[in-house]
Amino acid sequence: MNPALQGLLTIVIGVGGCVAYFYFSNILLDKVLFPPRGPNAGRNINRANVIRPWLFLAPALIALGLYLAYPVFETLRLSLTQRVRGGGYEFVGLANYQQMLREPKFWEGFNNNLLWLIVVPAASTAFGLLAAQLTDRIKWGSIAKSLIFMPMAISFVGAAVIFKLIYDTRPAGQEQIGVLNAVWLGFDGGIGSFIWLRLVPALLLLALAAGAGALGWSLMKPVLGREGRSPGLIFGALRILSAVLMALLVYLMLRQTIAVFVADLPYGQPQTWLTIPFWNNFFLMIVLIWIQTGFAMVLLSAALRGIPEETVEAAIVDGANPWQIFFKIKMPQIVGTIVVVWTTITIIVLKVFDIVFAMTNGQWETQVLANYMYDKLFRANDWGVGSAGAMVIMLMVTPILIWNVYNARREMR
Amino acid sequence: MDNIAGKKSALTWAVNIAVVALVALWVFPTVGLLVSSFRTGDQIASSGWWRSMLPTEQNLTLRTAGGDEAELVDGLYTVSGNLFAHEGREPLNISAFGTSSRDVGAYTPGETVDMGDGEIIMVGETGDYVYTSVEEMSGRGQRVFVTAKVAPEFTLENYDNMLFNPNNIEGMSKAFFNTLTVSIPATIIPILVAAFAAYALAWMDFPGRALLIAAIVGLLVVPLQLALIPLLKFHNEIGIGKGYLGVWLAHTGFGLPLAIYILRNYMVGLPRDIIENAKVDGATDFQIFTKIILPLSFPALASFAIFQFLWTWNDLLVAIVFLIDASGETTVMTKQIIELLGTRGGNWEILATAAFVSIAVPLVVFFAMQKYLVRGLLAGSVK
Repeated sequence: MNPALQGLLTIVIGVGGCVAYFYFSNILLDKVLFPPRGPNAGRNINRANVIRPWLFLAPALIALGLYLAYPVFETLRLSLTQRVRGGGYEFVGLANYQQMLREPKFWEGFNNNLLWLIVVPAASTAFGLLAAQLTDRIKWGSIAKSLIFMPMAISFVGAAVIFKLIYDTRPAGQEQIGVLNAVWLGFDGGIGSFIWLRLVPALLLLALAAGAGALGWSLMKPVLGREGRSPGLIFGALRILSAVLMALLVYLMLRQTIAVFVADLPYGQPQTWLTIPFWNNFFLMIVLIWIQTGFAMVLLSAALRGIPEETVEAAIVDGANPWQIFFKIKMPQIVGTIVVVWTTITIIVLKVFDIVFAMTNGQWETQVLANYMYDKLFRANDWGVGSAGAMVIMLMVTPILIWNVYNARREMR
Repeated sequence: MDNIAGKKSALTWAVNIAVVALVALWVFPTVGLLVSSFRTGDQIASSGWWRSMLPTEQNLTLRTAGGDEAELVDGLYTVSGNLFAHEGREPLNISAFGTSSRDVGAYTPGETVDMGDGEIIMVGETGDYVYTSVEEMSGRGQRVFVTAKVAPEFTLENYDNMLFNPNNIEGMSKAFFNTLTVSIPATIIPILVAAFAAYALAWMDFPGRALLIAAIVGLLVVPLQLALIPLLKFHNEIGIGKGYLGVWLAHTGFGLPLAIYILRNYMVGLPRDIIENAKVDGATDFQIFTKIILPLSFPALASFAIFQFLWTWNDLLVAIVFLIDASGETTVMTKQIIELLGTRGGNWEILATAAFVSIAVPLVVFFAMQKYLVRGLLAGSVK
């Protein structure tokens, strides 16, 4: 059958089937099983009302259970088994996990994923906040917003093609058609190169280090008892952990700042950007940051507009400067939204697959977990180790899952 | 700070410039691909797309007239004419020419070049040439490499070739319809299923409701990577295998948590009076749902529909796992682009056009229904 016709038929059957199911199951409940008349009318109405919600929920619950809940447990089971020659499975305990932990490609993917987890949410949120702050103050802000938001509609594969054109490399001597190489060849090691490739990045890094340091300090303040109320044990430990992470970041950035000045840059030679180990990860991350900034901007812009004007006005009357207004008045009021944006992008990062698959396929040390897992499942056909990889992703998502459920329950009360 | 009098005008300029820079940075990559898809392969290879609006200095390979047109003049076999006219091109101003591919800009126009073996060629600035040979000429004409400024030129040929050429096996037309076939049922079916469930979760009282809502919030973030193998096994066991039915079911399952979440959050906010009045007047839950809730929830339904459509249209992973079999008959556009990236990595006119064909529909949907998309985002992110 023609697929288009099949599609049409499926829509008709699917939609018609749904409507028919809901309609007839309600009729069955009201007219046949528990008719609201006769001697038991009152009891019947109550019984019908107990059952009805489940009629409404049944199709969704079946689909959710089968397509999302069951696979979690099935994947867990598969990760503990191994295919036996000639069909069937045998239980092998944690052997798949042990095998996976011995593979360098897994650790490469794991480490890269950690890098992605730090850089992409941070950069997307920062750019989103910047865009939201700026576009809210100008007349053509909504147009600017929709243009920055536009990459959201573009598929990861489409974005990969877009950025591959940017990173394109031609041999030396030929006209470069990738923007990045064209710009790169404009640098010749002179004073301009010094400013743009050493001074500006170094200042940026120092600013980032200062930001991370300030964040770490503000995390530590309550633990040190400088703000009266001290946090609980768990949150205290979390704060200390994050502060240590921030200190590590500050150290890395300071070291990188020095490296920026010392590094020997190959001026005049076109670079194949996607094959430079370590840095190529950043060239892939830029694609996701480009896509996700719009999302962050939309949410943060709504949050910024939701801030009561009185609070800002009061601060102005009290003589606060713009920086104080932003960091002391606005930031605390949108911190909830920042957490939402951050966690949402974190989940997207953990699942990132298409971009790496399309641009490098994990070569040149750009592997990520989702692509590692896909490799194992469908190229090596090793379902045990592949499922173990999937469980690692699930494990990394779990804290956010618990946090979300906890918040949703608190909100409903 | 926005309200401090006197400060505003100075700052506004800086803000405007910053936003222009930011927008330019964000739009630049897409524009590059769009412009490239309207250029020929030669043009893309000879200059960056950002120069496409300016005339470019290009090296062209042209030919003199063939040997059979040669006439005997003063004892020499001679062909003459205009290089551009032979190719059917508009005449251009030549800045340099050459007779060997190793040195295409060896001579200035007007020079008379001795090519050896008694062959002499003279090429003028406008492309007029005289080519003489002592011996009889045969076959195709002499190759001449010219360097000339070529005016910017854009073409629809790439799209024509990608979409309407039935002989092009790399074409996107089949993949385009396949993608459409995947995404439309996969958008419509979950909406209805989710709407009923959302109504029950929003307006019906039953034990375990809070627990169910929490479970759905949890399922929102479950990576679909976990579902690949178990579901593929399941589909094989019940006989669906790889195909449209499987991909529709998978997209329905994966889209449901977000759909229920968005719709429930919206339905909870609907005024209680309307629903209670209808109940007092004797309406059943089914009637309340179809006559009151569904029409009122249109904005939320539209929001989710856009999300689901963009997601299913842009999806690669679900399609390659649940849909595309070895025959490749059911390939979708994202997969087709991946294939092209592998086989035609350097042919940007093909890649750019293919990518833009697949991007065009989501972009139209995006700009037409942006309002609903933003609303859905604000409702759909877990607070």
